[in-house]
Order: sequence, then structure tokens, then C-alpha cells
Amino acid sequence: MENAVNIKINGFDYQVPAGSTILEAAHSVGIEIPTLCYLKEINAIGACRICVVEVKGARSLVAACVFPVNEGMEIFTNTPKVIEARKTTLELILSTHKKECLSCVRSGSCELQKLCHEYGIEDENAFSGDFVNYDIDRSATHMYRDNEKCILCRRCVAVCDKTQAVSVIGANARGFDTHIGSAFKYGLGDVACISCGQCITACPTGALAERDDTQKVFDALNDPTKHVVVQTAPAVRVGLGEEFGYEMGTVVTGKMVSALKMLGFDGVFDTNFAADLTIMEEATEFLARFKEGKNLPLITSCSPGWVKYCEHYYPDFIKNLSSCKSPQGMFGSVAKTFYAEKMGIDPKDIFVVSVMPCTAKKFEAERTDYSAVKGLADIDASITVRELARMIKKAGINFRAIPDAEFDAPFGLGSGAGTIFGATGGVMEAALRTAYEVVTGKELTDLATFKAVRGVEGVKEASYDLDGVTVNVAVASGLANAKKVLEMVKSGEKKYDFIEIMACPGGCVNGGGQPIVPASVRNFEDVRALRAAGLYNDDANLPVRKSHENADVKAIYDEFFGEPGSHKAHDILHTGYTERKVY
Amino acid sequence: MLKKISTIPFNGTPEQKAKLDAVIAECKDDKSQLMHVMQEAQGIYGYLPREVQVMIAEGMDIPLEKIYGVATFYAQFSLSPKGEYDISVCLGTACYVKGAQPIIDKISEILGIEPGECTADGKFSLEECRCIGACGLAPVFTINGEVYGKITADDVPGILAKYMN
Repeated sequence: MENAVNIKINGFDYQVPAGSTILEAAHSVGIEIPTLCYLKEINAIGACRICVVEVKGARSLVAACVFPVNEGMEIFTNTPKVIEARKTTLELILSTHKKECLSCVRSGSCELQKLCHEYGIEDENAFSGDFVNYDIDRSATHMYRDNEKCILCRRCVAVCDKTQAVSVIGANARGFDTHIGSAFKYGLGDVACISCGQCITACPTGALAERDDTQKVFDALNDPTKHVVVQTAPAVRVGLGEEFGYEMGTVVTGKMVSALKMLGFDGVFDTNFAADLTIMEEATEFLARFKEGKNLPLITSCSPGWVKYCEHYYPDFIKNLSSCKSPQGMFGSVAKTFYAEKMGIDPKDIFVVSVMPCTAKKFEAERTDYSAVKGLADIDASITVRELARMIKKAGINFRAIPDAEFDAPFGLGSGAGTIFGATGGVMEAALRTAYEVVTGKELTDLATFKAVRGVEGVKEASYDLDGVTVNVAVASGLANAKKVLEMVKSGEKKYDFIEIMACPGGCVNGGGQPIVPASVRNFEDVRALRAAGLYNDDANLPVRKSHENADVKAIYDEFFGEPGSHKAHDILHTGYTERKVY
Repeated sequence: MLKKISTIPFNGTPEQKAKLDAVIAECKDDKSQLMHVMQEAQGIYGYLPREVQVMIAEGMDIPLEKIYGVATFYAQFSLSPKGEYDISVCLGTACYVKGAQPIIDKISEILGIEPGECTADGKFSLEECRCIGACGLAPVFTINGEVYGKITADDVPGILAKYMN
């Protein structure tokens, strides 16, 4: 091993890469050290002290998450002194923790709970004393904050600031009064939060959680006057399985559809269909703008976290946003128009549920200015993957045991292009597959032509030749990356024709509504890549891989919209945006 | 200790804003100057209300929450304006053991404000401070720098009355 150092851990000799932390070195040889505040590439502050280890010659215990190894270092990860220190840390955290573990939404996925169990904490109240009371902040549409369960690890603060360049939450006051929140005690709903939910998936405890809309869905399902339909976003099929013990990246479409039917939905549809519809509209929009050279670059509008970010922080780019509703919105729109008409149901009796890998979709669902049917929301309830899993468990459905089922017509078909919407670069690739054929009039035979936009890198660029016309594209995920791209466009340093932006790093596969992945996994595995691989496999195995070849999409244009970009399509499938303040 | 956020309306002047803008212009390319800018801003306005922190946030291109985090961490920053008469009660060791707390309580009772606050009419503000070096006169407090020593709670109404009209 080049650039390796020789170290001893718990008396055994190892060779590990120079520059690694004690935590990484120990993990590489099969020794796990617990963490709470550490989150790879996001938060490395050595603050919580749960990862302390003994290092021979060191004055005191050191934090393994940030302490680098060096030649000849002797480390002890499991001595009585270390175990005692970790236990004390846990007991101290518990002394100011609201211990309602039986009912907590994170029971079972709480990192604090798991450690208390592993370290055999016997007395939850070993240190009793002052307890600071906080009101639960429910001001935001998509989530709530319960600071009585906060352990001050600052993972949410770091992800909001570094990954998303939003920074609406931080540590305020000091000492015992330290708490996470927004400036001047504003609620999250009153600041320029973009609703991405990355703070929720970063949170080790139940301090942050999505607004639970499951009861609303159960109520609709139990209402005989309602015709309840559901759509599932592309990335849901590759996330949901984790809630039921499947390996990360497993696509569980069939069982998911089956479970939804068992829950009692009157129609179980695929958002991939709506994603294909989005491509038809967006590719048409792009080609029109490209021809006129107007409002370029065109920027995608599928990610509601990104859309809200644009409205708050880059209002100058609102004119560049695609006017297409997101696939969620498009589905709701056609459910309440085309579908209502076809089925002969009054749109007000149709209740549309979306299952999304996303918390910002809850916010998007409440934008009703451009509803397809005036006075009715396009979407009646938008739930996350975690909420759907809770519904399935509550209904007593044994997910692993049920057979596969197929989506229902007329929105049951989705192309491979629709599937890859769930990963960064996917919307771009899907749009290019269609735009290529429209522009060149030739068949795209090599589906790997636009491979350069795949992958988890934060910013990707490519130039493609469409029959003599060069199209420059960029793809960004994570809003700090999007910010970089937008600044380059603003300064004139870069010129793009088409930009795809997704708020969450890696795209929807890593969305704020996906199953919680504990830091013990996130610190060593790339969740984004593992889940995306599932979607790209799905794409490769589907019979139809281009949006314009989706038979359901063709049918809806034939029967209802006429052609992409038609007046009717504009009325129903397109939307508008609002400039919002930062302060 | 949690800082009190003033509810007294902000009434900064264009002159004050010009001064702060000049400070920001000088420092905006170096974010590590944030504390300095905040100190200057407090010097100009007497405190750091939301309006002033937003000016700094926009001028320095630093999120408001980060500025607020700093403002609530360091004892030197105030979120409440200073009154026309700024009362500062010493809580140094000598004053404390000689009975500074009853004095604070009495002032609070008369003025209807807690330490860290300012009266709604902007006349009085109250704060606690560390040793001012007048231990021989303990317990002491100052009003706009004028020292009152060897005070008991009973002396407080008479002293405040001098400033009331």
C-alpha cells in the first residue's frame, strides 16, 4: 500500500492509508466506532464525544472522527475508560432529551436510541436537573422541529449551510441555552427555507421530521364518496424496499403497487408516466426557446426545492425556469381533467395522493395558483416514502410476502426515461433522448449516447451535437453546486442552453423524503450511487426507454391534448412562479 | 443566558445607515471581519436589531442566521436598545454578596423591564455587568456612567425619581 502508515488498534497491527481518520482506519479493518455528530463530507466537528478512543501517549481521549492516524500510532477503541466515557456522554445527552421513545417517529431509526441500547444505559435519568422546554415549531408546510429531542449535533445546520447554501438554521445563544433555530426566533415557515428536507435525513434523532399526512390519506380511503388515486415517483421504487429490509438499490415496483392496491386505492398509477409527459412538454419548450434564443438557458422545474430556492435566492433566473409543472403536478392535473372526464367522475370527488421521495413536494402540492381545475388542488396529499412505509406497516401488509402487481391504466406505463428522473442527470438524459429524435428525425439507437450526464458528481457538463447544432448542457445537484453553476452563468463565464437542477445531492434517490440512512452507513457507503444504480438498471430493462414512445403518453395527446405545447396543454400542464424574499 | 429581543420599533436614521454602509464597504470582501462589523454597528445603533443584522447580512453576503448566532453567543452584543438612561448594575463578587440582586429586582419592578431590556418609551434600559472596580462602594450601579454606591433596594426609588421627569 502506497502512502500507508502502520498502526496498532486494540493490540493488532494494521496498515491503513495515510491521512485517514481513526474512525476510517478502524472501519477499514472491521472495527466500528460509534458516532453522532459526524457526517461524512458534511459535518466533522468532533463535538459530541461519542467516538472517543484512547491513543497511547495522548493526554486525553481523542475524537476518532476527526483525529488523523500517523505512523506507529497505538489506538484502543474498547477499553473500560472509553466505554465509561461514552456511557457518560449518552447519560448527559439523555438528561436534556425528551424521552418519548415509544411514540417517537424515529423509534427504530434513532441513532441515540441505538447507542443507548448498545451501551446498556440502565438509568435514563442518571443526571437529572434543569430541562429547557421548547415549543415544537410546526410553522413550515413540510416538517416540524422538536428541540426537546435535539442533541445539538449540528448535522442539520451543516447540511443546510454547506450542501444547500441556504443556511436558515443555526446554533443560537450559548451554554445550556444553546438551541438550533432561525434568526430572531422565526419559525421555519417564516424564513427562506426551501423545504428540501435534507436536515430531516441528516438528523440522528426525532428532533426533525416530515409533517405526517398519513391520516389524511387513510381518511380519504375510508370515505366512500371519494375516488382515491395514487401516483408513485420514480425514486420511490428504489427507496421503499429499505424500509422492509431490502438491500439499498433494490427496485420494488411490483410489491409497492401491490401494497397500494391492498391499502384500497382506486387507481395505482406511475409518476413515470407523468415524467414522460413532462419530457414531451419540456423538450418542446426547450426546442422552441432554443430556436428563438430566448430565455436560455432553460432550467428544469421538476425539483420543488430547487424551484423555491430559485424564487428566494435567484429571482433573476425565474424567467429561465421551465414553465412545465413537475411530474407530480402534471399527474394531478391530468387526473382531475382527462381522467375525470374519461371515468365520468366529478373532479372534486377525486382525491389525488402522491408518494414522493421529497418533502418539498408537500409545499408544491399547496401551490394552487395554477391548478388544472379552478378551486381544486392538483394534489390532495403528498406523502414521503417514510410515510407510505408507515401506512403499509399499520395496515398489517407483509411487504416481503406479497406478490408483484402492475400499475393501472391509463397512467400505468412509464418509460426508462421516466424512471431515471429520480437520479441527478436523469431529466436531462430523458429530455435529450426525445430532443435528439425530434431535431434529427433519426432514431437514437445507442441509449448510452448521453451517459456523460450520469453519476453522482455535483456538477456535470456536456456538449452534444444534434445534427450540426451544438447543445451545451449542465447538470447540478445539491444547491451549493447549483449556486456555483448559476454564478458562472450570471458572470458570463459559462454559457449553457439547458440546465438540470435538483435540490438534493444525487437527485431524488437521495431526497429528503427517502428512508433514513444512519450515519454508520452514510459515512462509508454512497447512498446516491447505490440507489441510482437501481434506477439505471430499471431503465436498461424496460421495453420502452424514450418518453415519446410511451403508449399512454401518445394516447393522451391523441385523445386530449392534441400535441405537446398545445393551448390545452399549456392551460393544464404548465405553471408560473413567484419572486420571494430572503429576509 | 437567553437574550431579550426588543419589540421597540426600529428607528434608524439615514446618517446611521450611511455610517454602517461605509463600514460594510470596507470589510465586505473579508468575511472574517464580521465581528468587527457587528461591533461597529452596535457602536452606531447602540444595539443590533433585526433590521441592522439584515443590513449586515446583505452587505457582507453572510446568512442572517449566522450573524444572529454570533450576536446571541457573545455577551457584548445586545438585541435591545440602550435607553436615554442606561442603568448598569454590578454583579461582581463583592456587589453580589453585598446584595446586588435585590437592587436589580427593585429596578425591574419600578421600570417593568428585565435586565437586557429597554422601557417602551426608550427612557431607561437595564443591564447587569461584571466588576466595575468600585468594590469598596459595593453594591454599586451606574446610570449613564454616574456611580451610585452603598445602595440598598430602598434607595432605588429615590434615585430613579431624579431621572423620571
